[in-house]
Amino acid sequence: MKSLSRIMAILRKEVRQLRRDHLTFGMVIGLPIVQMLLFGYAINTDVRNLPTAVANQAGTHLSRQFVAELEQTQVVDIIDHVDSPQQLEGLLRQGKISIGVHIPHDFDRRIVDTSRSAVHLLVDGSDPTILAVAMQLRMMPVSFDSANSVDRGPLPIEVRPYYNPERRTPVNIVPGLMGVILTMTMILFTAVAIVRERERGNLELLINTPVSSAELMIGKVVPYILIGMIQLALILAVGRLLFDVPVRGSILDLYLAATAFIAANLSLGLFLSTAAKTQFQAMQMTVFILLPSILLSGFMFPFEGMPKFAQWLGELLPNTHFIRLTRGIMLRDAGIGDLYAEIVFLIGFTIVAMTAAALRFTKRLD
Amino acid sequence: MNSEFAIEARGLTKRFGDLEAVSHLHLDVPRGQIYGFLGPNGSGKSTTIRMLCGLLTPTEGSATVLDTEIPGDAKLLKPKIGYMTQKFSLFGDMTVLENLQFIAEIYSFPTRERKARIEELLDRYNLVEQRKQLAGTMSGGQKQRLALACSVLHHPPLLLLDEPTSAVDPQSRRDFWSALFRLAEAGTTILVSTHYMDEAERCHRLAILDHGAKVADGTPADLQQKTGMHVIEVRADDPYRAQAVISAIPRIASVTQLGVRLRVLLPDTVDDPVAIVNGELQGAGLDATAILSTASLEDVFVAVTLKPNRRAA
Repeated sequence: MKSLSRIMAILRKEVRQLRRDHLTFGMVIGLPIVQMLLFGYAINTDVRNLPTAVANQAGTHLSRQFVAELEQTQVVDIIDHVDSPQQLEGLLRQGKISIGVHIPHDFDRRIVDTSRSAVHLLVDGSDPTILAVAMQLRMMPVSFDSANSVDRGPLPIEVRPYYNPERRTPVNIVPGLMGVILTMTMILFTAVAIVRERERGNLELLINTPVSSAELMIGKVVPYILIGMIQLALILAVGRLLFDVPVRGSILDLYLAATAFIAANLSLGLFLSTAAKTQFQAMQMTVFILLPSILLSGFMFPFEGMPKFAQWLGELLPNTHFIRLTRGIMLRDAGIGDLYAEIVFLIGFTIVAMTAAALRFTKRLD
Repeated sequence: MNSEFAIEARGLTKRFGDLEAVSHLHLDVPRGQIYGFLGPNGSGKSTTIRMLCGLLTPTEGSATVLDTEIPGDAKLLKPKIGYMTQKFSLFGDMTVLENLQFIAEIYSFPTRERKARIEELLDRYNLVEQRKQLAGTMSGGQKQRLALACSVLHHPPLLLLDEPTSAVDPQSRRDFWSALFRLAEAGTTILVSTHYMDEAERCHRLAILDHGAKVADGTPADLQQKTGMHVIEVRADDPYRAQAVISAIPRIASVTQLGVRLRVLLPDTVDDPVAIVNGELQGAGLDATAILSTASLEDVFVAVTLKPNRRAA
């Protein structure tokens, strides 16, 4: 009996404390909901609306009919029409499209002569899911409405996977994993680094010395930029040595992209540190950033497969943009110039987060 | 140009929401003296010190600290003050030497003199043997000596110490105070907050704070003479019953038990207080005697922090 009342005392105390720890309480309620939504929206192998460009060199009635049927599958979303397969390759490299449809000028003849492929699908093979979807397109039944048509089954469509012809998973995973690892460590390190000093009382000492807020921030952030660079080198080395993941583009471009990305994450970490009161809270907040960075960034599931709302959320995350950069540079030999929009976002994100952190930090001193 | 006061505060006030932590504080801290803030926890000592070093912005009022206006550009003030936080705020995962070196760098202490200055401080504050020890693993007294060494490293003319002795043993407290006297003799102005009476007694001057307001200030001797109270000491076999009897006397300000003795405060407008107290005790049939005593600092503290309703009673 006494034991029971003691257990009840502990139990009541736990519930009482939990109710007053709003962030933990928020995690109890929020985490299942957020996880369900994230996974529910993100896990979607029924990929639709893949950005696609068409190079219709035949320009015939039949070829246009084929393109219309392709569009009706809703698997592709035709965003551009170009003249040559070379232009399709350019768009693929820039990451603007996932599929390029090339229709040769003798299309009408080829659909009769099934020994040659009538259509070429140029596919960004770095994402196996997209490649699988493109493979399914080959089975697409086409029924031309011309008088002499007989049901001749699927058209002879040739799929040309680009960038990952062996279809190996590490080639797709490693560039994205780089972003996930850096997100986790960079945000957590900075958030905790400042909160720890506040918790231990060091901050009260520091702000009473001639050190300015800016000096303090810079001094705290720079070591972590270096740590991020070391982590990047480690991931690249392991990827190359153990998993044979290529870096087709320039290493310098990759490091430039990583610098912008690390800066964005460190600024976000600094901002979180102004909101968190304890190291534990800083870790909880990091989890809330990390989860969508894994699920909604295109790292695990194709970005195009997610509903619009989830895509908007994903667009706000630095990791989404970094993954586009790393996949572009490492796998598709794209340059920073091809992907400048992603860099611009990362720099803008850094400026906004840094300003917000600095504004909040000066307030916290008072 | 230079005022004779290191700190002059005029109507300094700080509110946190509805709570008035410091209320219209006037202070004059003479240069080269040890000035004490005496008050219970929550009386506004820490908040006042934080306002004076520019860490908190006053809600109302102003202060001049070492000829720098507060609120104003606290940046100019930072190199001129040494500050010791209530809680140990140095880096526990760095050694004594590393902490001192860090502080020297932060204050841009001249590189050439740095090494000699650090050695001097290690020696003066008895930390030579601990130089390689992690600060977090030291005793309370050692941590406090390191904190003092760090706060005086850059030769600040003003030291602000927030309850520096709250976590150390009596011997360490005595050593700490002799170090403070040495600094004061060398011309440093020291503002120190405490809730220990014996420490308050050592200050050149002190201010007693209660609920954010200054209720008395002056030298300890001054304060003891001007309590406005008769202090009577009662020895009783049954101090508990004696306390009940005395408390019932009209106009009694306070009765405090100290072992078998009672300290009784009565307003000095009451005539012949000893006779009144003795009469009541004998009337109740108690074996007790009352004699007139002189005010200790603790009596002063009790007298000035009495609740207004008790004071009127």
